[in-house]
Amino acid sequence: MAMDESVRKAVLGAVPSLRAFAISLCGNVDRADDLVQETLLRALANIDSFQPGTNMSAWLFTILRNHFRSEYRKRRREVEDSDGHHAESLKSQPDQYGHVEFREFREALAQLPSDQREALILVGASGFSYEEAAGICGCAVGTIKSRVNRARTRLAELLHVNSAEDFGPDETTRAVLASGGE
Amino acid sequence: MEAATTRNKRLNAKPAKLGRDVQARLGQQLRAMYDDVVNQGVPDRFSDLIERLEGTGKKDPQ
Repeated sequence: MAMDESVRKAVLGAVPSLRAFAISLCGNVDRADDLVQETLLRALANIDSFQPGTNMSAWLFTILRNHFRSEYRKRRREVEDSDGHHAESLKSQPDQYGHVEFREFREALAQLPSDQREALILVGASGFSYEEAAGICGCAVGTIKSRVNRARTRLAELLHVNSAEDFGPDETTRAVLASGGE
Repeated sequence: MEAATTRNKRLNAKPAKLGRDVQARLGQQLRAMYDDVVNQGVPDRFSDLIERLEGTGKKDPQ
């Protein structure tokens, strides 16, 4: 396929963010990278359907998200067949982001319903507008807004934060404080 | 559709409003986690893949 240099650059430029999104969706780096690879293959096979001048990143995110949704549904059926073995292996992947200090946050994020999590990530981390996120998820702008709001509220509950001070000291300090208090 | 809208409104009205500071901190943590991956750049696997696909394309007779 003959690829325009600007198209190639735009596709490559979207890869880091696509990976971050994919990891947040499936919680596993290896699976996320497979998901990104499958997304790129699909995108390049259908590059003619990309409208020049529109947002390449949003287009790729849409492909990745749809592919994940259909794969995930399929895999969930497989999991039910194989006694939850697959689900167990997904859960036992600690520290995929590589930083211990994010552990609590990541665990809380993983507990959100998937539609709330993806809306929060798209708007709060990937930097898409509510309109773009609605396009990627194939739903109304108002739906995205309410999902993002609910995601934030639920995260705050899970992390037990009511004010910014509650984010407080890091885990080591907290452990020291806790042992000192006994 | 109208029933769904009403239901959504009711669900939205329920959670207590988060303070701006809490929202800001949640946003910071979310972005820090995300950017951690973004900052890893493009793994060779993907630049190689695109190069390979382009290579095969060039060989294709038009």
